[in-house]
Amino acid sequence: MAMTHPAPQAAGHDHQEAGDTTLFGFWIYLMSDCLLFGCLFATYAVLQGNTAGGPSAAELFELPFVLGETLLLLASSFTFGLGVLAMHRDDRRGLNRWLVITFLLGAAFIGMELYEFHHLIAAGAGPQRSAFLSAFFTLVGTHGLHVGLGLVWLLVLLIQVNTQGLTAMTRPRVLCLSLFWHFLDVVWICVFSIVYLLGVMS
Amino acid sequence: MWGKLSLEAIPYHEPIIMGAVGLMALAGLALVAYLTRARKWGWLWNEWLTSVDHKKIGLMYLLVALVMLLRGFADALMMRAQLALAAGEALGYLPPEHYDQIFTAHGVIMIFFVAMPLVIGLMNIVVPLQIGARDVAFPFLNSLSFWLFAVSALLVNVSLALGEFAATGWLAYAPLSGIEFSPGVGVDYWIWALQISGVGTLLTGVNFFVTILKMRAPGMTMMRMPVFTWTALCTNVLIIAAFPILTVTVALLSLDRYLGMHFFTNDGGGNAMMYVNLIWAWGHPEVYILILPMFGVFSEVIATFSRKRLFGYTTLVWATVVITLASFIVWLHHFFTMGAGANVNAFFGIATMLIAIPTGVKIFNWLFTMYRGRVRFTTPVLWTLGFMVTFTIGGMTGVMLALPGLNFVLHNSLFVIAHFHNVIIGGVVFGAMAGLAYWFPKATGFTLDETWGKRAFWCWLVGFYVAFVPLYVLSFHGAVRRMNHYANADWQPMMIIAALGSLIILAGIVCQVIQLVVSVRDREKNRDLSGDPWDGRTLEWATTSPPPFYNFAHTPVIAERDAFWDAKRRGESPLPEARDYQPIHMPRNTGAGVIISLFAFGLGFALVWHIWWLAGLSALGAFVAFLVRAFATDIDYYVGAEEVARIEAGRPAHPTASSSSLHEQPQEAF
Amino acid sequence: MSRTATTYGGASHGSVRAYTWGLLLSLGLTLIPFGLVMTGALAGPAMVAVIAATAGLQILVQLVCFMHLDRDSEGGWTLLSLAFTVLILAIVVVGSLWIMHHLHHNVMPG
Repeated sequence: MAMTHPAPQAAGHDHQEAGDTTLFGFWIYLMSDCLLFGCLFATYAVLQGNTAGGPSAAELFELPFVLGETLLLLASSFTFGLGVLAMHRDDRRGLNRWLVITFLLGAAFIGMELYEFHHLIAAGAGPQRSAFLSAFFTLVGTHGLHVGLGLVWLLVLLIQVNTQGLTAMTRPRVLCLSLFWHFLDVVWICVFSIVYLLGVMS
Repeated sequence: MWGKLSLEAIPYHEPIIMGAVGLMALAGLALVAYLTRARKWGWLWNEWLTSVDHKKIGLMYLLVALVMLLRGFADALMMRAQLALAAGEALGYLPPEHYDQIFTAHGVIMIFFVAMPLVIGLMNIVVPLQIGARDVAFPFLNSLSFWLFAVSALLVNVSLALGEFAATGWLAYAPLSGIEFSPGVGVDYWIWALQISGVGTLLTGVNFFVTILKMRAPGMTMMRMPVFTWTALCTNVLIIAAFPILTVTVALLSLDRYLGMHFFTNDGGGNAMMYVNLIWAWGHPEVYILILPMFGVFSEVIATFSRKRLFGYTTLVWATVVITLASFIVWLHHFFTMGAGANVNAFFGIATMLIAIPTGVKIFNWLFTMYRGRVRFTTPVLWTLGFMVTFTIGGMTGVMLALPGLNFVLHNSLFVIAHFHNVIIGGVVFGAMAGLAYWFPKATGFTLDETWGKRAFWCWLVGFYVAFVPLYVLSFHGAVRRMNHYANADWQPMMIIAALGSLIILAGIVCQVIQLVVSVRDREKNRDLSGDPWDGRTLEWATTSPPPFYNFAHTPVIAERDAFWDAKRRGESPLPEARDYQPIHMPRNTGAGVIISLFAFGLGFALVWHIWWLAGLSALGAFVAFLVRAFATDIDYYVGAEEVARIEAGRPAHPTASSSSLHEQPQEAF
Repeated sequence: MSRTATTYGGASHGSVRAYTWGLLLSLGLTLIPFGLVMTGALAGPAMVAVIAATAGLQILVQLVCFMHLDRDSEGGWTLLSLAFTVLILAIVVVGSLWIMHHLHHNVMPG
């Protein structure tokens, strides 16, 4: 065994590796988040018929509204991608611009979701009404909570990038958040397909 | 102002509980007094509490685990004493509502606050050393994980003094655990202790998964990894995949309890069976999370002390991978009787029987490793042998329970209790003890006393059989679990024997405490100067005991399996007298993990008692503390080359080939 | 301006072209199922199949175009971990539905 030849490591290489490791670790976290959503979907699927005499999915959901939410989230995924490209060009202003646009799109999405929830609760279709509605609010709400946390994170990163610059510490964080953001869009694809589209059909 | 919390929450009228609380308070006070008098607070904070060194975090995990083991074992003694007394007319000394809390606390503590930290503690100490790394991938998260776990353990203990603990069984089945049937705070303590420690466990899973995949020494391919590292990898995969299921299940239960939703309630369309389904979809992988690393421990121990290469490394690795996958397709065997019907039961019954095959493969791996080896019967080897017999018996009773037809007869009886203690004590506890004895010198720099270690082993082994074989017998007579009293006085003799068994185990635990005291007293005599007290085979033995905080001055380069052993046989000095030391990049200690976790404790406590302002404040505090950490830039530093040279110069002589006079047995060809 | 940056972990960070393709494909794969359901042009199992197919495709599009998933990043571990996650997801979701369906059938009154 040759333990005698430690490869001398350039300091610059260290940071690159640390960034890689952070990104990979975050990807693994996202995998576990995937399973978290999977359980919520399974629960929703089991309970969706249990309306306990209350309103059903077909009676409640408005597809044009959901399409609006979907387009907002999809657009925000695109703008975040452009922000990441700007970061790779070391264009901090470009990054700022795209992140702010992403934030606004995300906030609009959250606003629409809150409006929908408020509307449902006011109409007597709150989460306490039936198992179906408990599962619906929890599944969609958990996604919304993730988006909300993503917005907070986005704000924090905007501050950090502009006070500390694009460093070996902030760059991987922007990439992690971009992964998070795209991941939430992927989850939303499942939400609108399984909850809304199939719900309206049933 | 204080939500549901009032002075009446303190159980004054329960002398047993107040006595226990008093003892714990006294012990705590004594510790505080000692630390203050010896002026050790600064040392404690700087050297331990804020440490991000995986070896120190590992030791802290083990310490908390052993303390909680005492608590969980006290619960066990109380239950056995109650059942030894409460036959026929006699009612014993524990009323049902108290007995229910005790068996719940016993299960929760033993799984979440003893077995899990033993596993994670061993992983912390060993894995980075075995793969030749300087630390884990995310040292701060590692510290945060530990502290989230520690405050959850604290939360469980607080429930003793304030309010109550869950009286629902360790998995808190709905609808019993719902607000309708458990209106008290017991289930809420359970919920928040599990959620907070669950976050820590998930972070650990991600952390070690990434550590093992990304930070191995150059040349260490996957199939050159030590077996313990392999099993740790698979355990972390299971943690990443299974713990989100627990998080969701418990979160849905809390939504039912706190916000009046209808996931698992009897009314409003809820489905309590979904709770059972979900919690076991986590629960079965969980038992493999506990046992897989122990398979790794036994593999290391048996290869080292047989002085042979592990027989069938490849099959053992693949068996572990197969178990990892298969552990996700057997969960229904925990509720065969719920009524899913013949087809579903048949599928899960067969899957359960199949998972016994890779486990059986491993038993043969260990047997053939010992075959014609020159086995040294040290304490770790005794634990391993005890495991091989006990775990095999437990596995057999498990296969019995896997037969749906038989399961309908045995379900909810003491047979189930005897079975899972058979595998958890025989597997996880014996494995943890073997691992502790084996790696203790690496972590602390001195070996454990062998005499007291062997006494402890024999007490545990004999005590286990005396305590649990009667339960198998009683189960055939119809004795069911979770009852604090039985009408049939014929069962009493067996119950008394079982109680005696628990006393023999108690003797074993006393021996272990004595062993620890004696070993610390004689530490100068037992100091491990070589860094390699057992003539080991893997990289952790190539550095000093305890290792310098950076583990290895030079990153080792690996060319084969059992890298250290082969180097010794070829007479090479594994860590040469290198002069060209490089600066070493290390993370700085941080108090962020402690502070965030203390806020998490506040949050959990406030949620248990519905003190909303405190909950909000604690959440805000945790968030701000996290932000402060996120904005910190001075989080790492370089240990200068001269400093490394100075530390290395102070190290004792390295083990060389001449120190390992005995040679490897020739590999048997099968 | 289709510049491809390849830095972290050897994973590609895409280009404006990749993101634009991702956006357009996603838009199409969103509008098709929404349009079919909203206009009532398709119903029953065929519609379910279309929803499932477009959702699956869109997830793939986003994984490749937005999240830059490929076989090689992190020595294949990124992809392998995703495959494992999908497998466990399938086991837990399908298994739960299968079990709960039978339980419902056998145990629930009515």
